[in-house]
Amino acid sequence: MKPIVPKKHEPVRIGFYVCHCGTNIAGMVDVAAVAKYVATLPNVAVSRHYKYMCSDPGQELIQQDIRENRLNRIVVEACSPLLHERTFRKAAEAAGLNPFQVQMVNTREHNSWVHTDRTEATRKAMALARAAIDRVPHHKALEVKKVAINPNVLIVGGGIAGIHAALTLARAGKMVYLVEREATIGGHMAKFDKTYPTLDCAMCVLSPKMASAGSHENIHLWSYSEVSKVDGYVGNFQVTVRRKPRYIIEDLCTGCQECVDACVYREPKFADEFNLGLGKRKPVFLPFPQAIPPVTMIDPEVCLNFKRGKNPDGSHTVSDKCKKTCVEACGDRKAIDFRQTDEFKNITVGTIIMATGFKIFDAKRTPFYGYGIYPNVYNALEVERLINASGPTEGDLILRNGQRPKKVAIVHCVGSRDENTNRWCSRVCCLYSLKLAHLIKEHTDAEVYNFYIDMRTPGKGMEEFYNRIAEEGMHLIRGKVADVYPDLDDGQTGRLVVQAEDTLTNKILKIPVDMVVLGVGLEPHPDAENLRRMFNLSCSAEGWFLERHCKLAPVDTFTDGIFLAGCCQGPKDIPDSVAQAGAAAAEAMALIDKGHIEQEPNTAYILADECSGCKSCIPLCPYTAISFDETREKALINEALCKGCGTCVASCPSGSIVQNLFEDEEIFSEIRGVLAPVPA
Amino acid sequence: MTRSSPASSGPWTPRIVAFFCNWCTYTAADLAGVSRMKHASNARIIRLMCSGRVDPQFVIDALTKGADGVLIGGCHPNDCHYAEGNYKCLRRFQMLKRMVADLGIEPDRLRLEWISAAEGEKVKRVVNEMTETLTALGPLGIPEKFHEWDREMEHFAQRVAAQEAASGASGCAEHAPQPRTPEPAHA
Repeated sequence: MKPIVPKKHEPVRIGFYVCHCGTNIAGMVDVAAVAKYVATLPNVAVSRHYKYMCSDPGQELIQQDIRENRLNRIVVEACSPLLHERTFRKAAEAAGLNPFQVQMVNTREHNSWVHTDRTEATRKAMALARAAIDRVPHHKALEVKKVAINPNVLIVGGGIAGIHAALTLARAGKMVYLVEREATIGGHMAKFDKTYPTLDCAMCVLSPKMASAGSHENIHLWSYSEVSKVDGYVGNFQVTVRRKPRYIIEDLCTGCQECVDACVYREPKFADEFNLGLGKRKPVFLPFPQAIPPVTMIDPEVCLNFKRGKNPDGSHTVSDKCKKTCVEACGDRKAIDFRQTDEFKNITVGTIIMATGFKIFDAKRTPFYGYGIYPNVYNALEVERLINASGPTEGDLILRNGQRPKKVAIVHCVGSRDENTNRWCSRVCCLYSLKLAHLIKEHTDAEVYNFYIDMRTPGKGMEEFYNRIAEEGMHLIRGKVADVYPDLDDGQTGRLVVQAEDTLTNKILKIPVDMVVLGVGLEPHPDAENLRRMFNLSCSAEGWFLERHCKLAPVDTFTDGIFLAGCCQGPKDIPDSVAQAGAAAAEAMALIDKGHIEQEPNTAYILADECSGCKSCIPLCPYTAISFDETREKALINEALCKGCGTCVASCPSGSIVQNLFEDEEIFSEIRGVLAPVPA
Repeated sequence: MTRSSPASSGPWTPRIVAFFCNWCTYTAADLAGVSRMKHASNARIIRLMCSGRVDPQFVIDALTKGADGVLIGGCHPNDCHYAEGNYKCLRRFQMLKRMVADLGIEPDRLRLEWISAAEGEKVKRVVNEMTETLTALGPLGIPEKFHEWDREMEHFAQRVAAQEAASGASGCAEHAPQPRTPEPAHA
């Protein structure tokens, strides 16, 4: 539609619309009274109330009024502008009005939903409406700024979510930087044995995806690397990635592992991180057989060719005391480099996907379960490794004392749903505990006891899975385990007694078992706080990254151009992580393929005639967007750099800086409006 | 002019003008809404992009227009969406507190809080606490005071004029100050 060109000195004609939002607003606010009151205010041409303003007929109502009543300002009193401002701006624009002539009044989140007195809420709705009615005459027609977007994407975290997002984007022809902190991608999923509810092997599904992520021409896979700095904004982020030294030149290593065989340590001697310390590795090692990239690395903490201990800056000094049989074995491939140091890579990307995952709850925080005290108490992830065919025991479930357990207790909700630890349900523990029950029974034919608070098995195929496991003859006991202690009748084998109240039969149970498996919950990564700061994200109170809107923008963040995938946003299973990763990739692609970013025109500018050249604004700008024109002795704002915070505007002693959409006059009229008397 | 309070029909309750930054505190207030956290209805929220945009004049203006208190909400230190706008706000806030104290206004009528987007609960708590504090302090009533001062000035001017009229015959008329109608103090 042709834009309406406002005539000079055209009188302001406001259309006011208060939304019922079903009963969300109308239930607490007398919307008819609000509309009636607003109709009496200056410049108001139309004042209406309607059931759902955001619906098509609601928007059509506004558009019709714009056309028929020559409205040139629109005020919609409904929900938060963060939710529907765009909707109403678009509606107004479609009717030919400049979208920035629209103002929203938040009367749902800030009023009807949080107050209990209908009279008070109605008065507040009137006061807030008054503020907007006073504000909009100062609104000006503005244009959306368009900025080009860099098509490259950074993905932080190479678990299943990061891998899936990377492959989706790479397939669409986008260049992806996949940064993983560990030496290999794969994340937690690579450690699992089977996955519920289908019981297909985790690595069988994951390793082809890992391999294609490792070899895809559009993916720069940087493992053993961490993001150290992020600058810029959507469309143009400048990121510094620290590539930590693995003392193996990635491009030259063929993954033959001859260096591992040749190491002066004949036998693996050091705790193997991938197997959670249940197995051993040498100072030079491949994290696990299917590691991607398939490149070995050297642990300078234990390699004889390094001096003991770290330097203050975290680096290690070469001692050259070893025979270096590994270098000999590597031969003319020359892939080993003991003098490798941190390498910093600077990249520019337009969008970022955070897929930094979770950490499992440290069961030592619930000492009554005996984790870390009794050797036969394991956490679930350790058991995954013990029953995994490529694990430290090659799939033979044997205890630390070398015996096969005959009776196993699985404790659900360890660290979850508890005010003393984490209050949330970690969502995956009931199902993985059932899966482990099945696998343990399959591997050892042991009696398996599952102790649960509530059996939570939502999702497609999950309840069926629960029924299947229950029918396999598991003992499913509804009761929280109170204590795990050594069986005093049995001094030798390390047998434990699990004490719990069966809340269905009201009996205290004391069950002797050979092994206790703790169904530990999921927690935000301890580094999440640092990452949050670095990427300017928000976290929920629990420490998970906060999505922009839990229902309508579940993978967006409050920082434009940064998206969330997988467990960094909250506990979820593999199918949900993959689905979310796909969604994040699609959101990133939606930005990239548009080719440009539309920026809110809320930048500041200087009224040169009034600027006294005092320079007080210049040091205040965090984006160095303000410079000083020495010839004219005036400050100058570079609109391309201005992010629209308004800090300089508030500081200008002569009032000669103006922020679009938040002009002084607009704010003053809002203040006047909210404080104006309203009818009783 | 009669005092206009949100409950002029019922007992007096304080009026709070709240300036919330778009990214943290305004979103937290939205979260409080979505979570249906019931709280006092005395705050009127004005959205700004950053707490750094809060011009001290906004605060003074709100008080002179009848607010009993002003609440400013921004992102936690180190979390500002614009890197450091909240620090700028903090500096101005310190200055404002001293300034209003000098003007005879209780500094407790101003409050600055760092409320992150996840802290809906804190919005509820702060608004409730501030409502309690202001209820205890009672109405500020600057607009009424302006009227009072205007009346006093008028009265004073009339007295001066009367005195001058009385002494005008003996004194030097040329040097006597001219009786003027005072300008309203809040103009």
